[in-house]
Amino acid sequence: MNVVEASRLSKRYGRTWALRECSLAIPAGHVAALVGPNGAGKTTLLNLAVGLTAPSAGEVTVLGGCPAGSPAALDVIAFVAQDTPLYKNLSVADMLHLTRNLNRHFDKRYAEARLGELGIPLKRKAGKLSGGQQAQLALTLALARRPRLLVLDEPMAMLDPLARHDFMARVMTAMAEDGVSVVLSSHVLAELERVADYLILLSGGSVQMAGEVDDLLARHRVLSGPAAEADRFMERLGVVHARRGEAQAHLLIRTNGSTDPVPPGWEEHPVSLEELTLAYLREPGAAALPGPARGRGAEPSEVSN
Amino acid sequence: MPARPEEDASLRPVPWRRMAWVTWRQHRIALGGVAASLGALAVYVWIAGLELHHAYAAATACHPNSSPACADLISRFNFMNHALHDGYLLQPGPALIGALVGAPVLARELETGTFRYAWTQGFGRWRWTLAKLVPLAVVVAAAAGALSVLFSWYYQPYFATGNQTLSLNEASPLAVSLFALRGVAFAAWTLTAFAIGGLAGVLIRRVVPAIVATLAAYAGLVIAAGNFLRQHYLTPLVTTNPDVPSSAWIMSQWWTKGGKFAFAGRPPESLLQQLCSSSPVGPLGKPSHQTLFQCLSQHGYTTWTSYQPAAAGSGHSSGSRAAGCSRCRCCSSP
Repeated sequence: MNVVEASRLSKRYGRTWALRECSLAIPAGHVAALVGPNGAGKTTLLNLAVGLTAPSAGEVTVLGGCPAGSPAALDVIAFVAQDTPLYKNLSVADMLHLTRNLNRHFDKRYAEARLGELGIPLKRKAGKLSGGQQAQLALTLALARRPRLLVLDEPMAMLDPLARHDFMARVMTAMAEDGVSVVLSSHVLAELERVADYLILLSGGSVQMAGEVDDLLARHRVLSGPAAEADRFMERLGVVHARRGEAQAHLLIRTNGSTDPVPPGWEEHPVSLEELTLAYLREPGAAALPGPARGRGAEPSEVSN
Repeated sequence: MPARPEEDASLRPVPWRRMAWVTWRQHRIALGGVAASLGALAVYVWIAGLELHHAYAAATACHPNSSPACADLISRFNFMNHALHDGYLLQPGPALIGALVGAPVLARELETGTFRYAWTQGFGRWRWTLAKLVPLAVVVAAAAGALSVLFSWYYQPYFATGNQTLSLNEASPLAVSLFALRGVAFAAWTLTAFAIGGLAGVLIRRVVPAIVATLAAYAGLVIAAGNFLRQHYLTPLVTTNPDVPSSAWIMSQWWTKGGKFAFAGRPPESLLQQLCSSSPVGPLGKPSHQTLFQCLSQHGYTTWTSYQPAAAGSGHSSGSRAAGCSRCRCCSSP
């Protein structure tokens, strides 16, 4: 089952396309990370998936075919929006009661226990909580609904490293214990390696790379060797991104699982998720997609350093 | 962690009554404010109204009405409760209710971003919006309706038929300021303002500008309705009697001669010079209105007036007119 499935999904605001003919499928049972530069369409895609915006063209379904925003979909999807909007003038207890009244399922005992662990007083106004506490409250409210899909838009943007860690630990626990699928968007690449096992890279309103993290990492390598020889490989290998120094060149290549021998004088390293993501972000023309590939064969440009 | 409750095969939506708590919790301060201010206004109008009705009863019961004692009672009634007298003070009521209750309902959600929380809950966005707007609209309209019953009662003495003969203040039910306060009009205007507020909130997405826009739009609508639409509320009467009741709201006036249209509005100066130069001159050195009418009708001119009966814009009567023909349509037949 796919938790989010988009086909030729487009969204236009005025004259600008936030999302253009975007097709993707995020399978269930993952923490899927949506990454991409500012304006790539991450928030738009998430808003479409939770039914806050209607697509200009194409369609998006969730949890195996429910139209996004339909009552059946809203019932089982919990969304924590960017900057975790809460009613600032309501107390934490009122926010719990509010969420309980707005949903068919709400596990009040779980929510209260969680807030107790976090040391968030029920009587305090939501607006008086720290940024980290507000994010935790929003997450707790979302998880207490017992969703099957949790959608988080930039959950870590406002948090300090410790709060980030606590927040993601909570998400991972829910994922492990409840089998919640998670889709999150983030700028914080370093955090993703630890939490995400599925990656979608958006660029310019469409999907540039998508796949399971392990799979993506297995299909890419970094080759380091003399800069003078780099040009020889540029054509033969699927080079995504080349970084050249005066003596050394580092080529991030797509191996697609094949085990070509490393040329003499060159070294091969496994790639980290952050390196991989950055390489693709720097090369908006390059694409790596599961299944029949689209838009491949763009010439990689070079970056000197 | 307890497991998720079993899936309902038939997905029954979250019941409406649960949203009632939400609406109450989020708008109780606004509703409380409206209730308190309308309550205070109602008490004031009620006390003032009791006094007014009292004074009216005393003035009408007084006999003979030309006696100084009666004149005192009459002027006491006429000068009573000046703040409420012509109803202008109560005009902004619906606008304020509509703007302060209606505009923030959606604008605040959109301004603070909380719509992204509210509209992604299981209750659903359209039901959420309905469950907020409908109860608030009903409460606001009911409060306004109750208040308009009080206003109708308060202004009753001004609409009584015998007022003019007794030199008591009189008002027209069609007067711009009073029409909107009585009957269903007050509740309807309040509901209109609420609806404008809701719409402005969605379009502008900010609370304060939405309130300002609501007030502006409402004012425009009220002024347009009062000045351009109200006169068509009833078909105007047409009369050839130059003695149109002084309380009448005159729509237009024209003259005919020999069954043909002569001129509209005031008689032209040249015509008066030609026909009525010999008319007796009044204290201002000019012939009085009355004499000119007489003079023109002697020369075969007939004046036509279309008017809303008993509809003086100000609601005041001079009390100097001939008694017995104040508002009866029979004796002003064309």
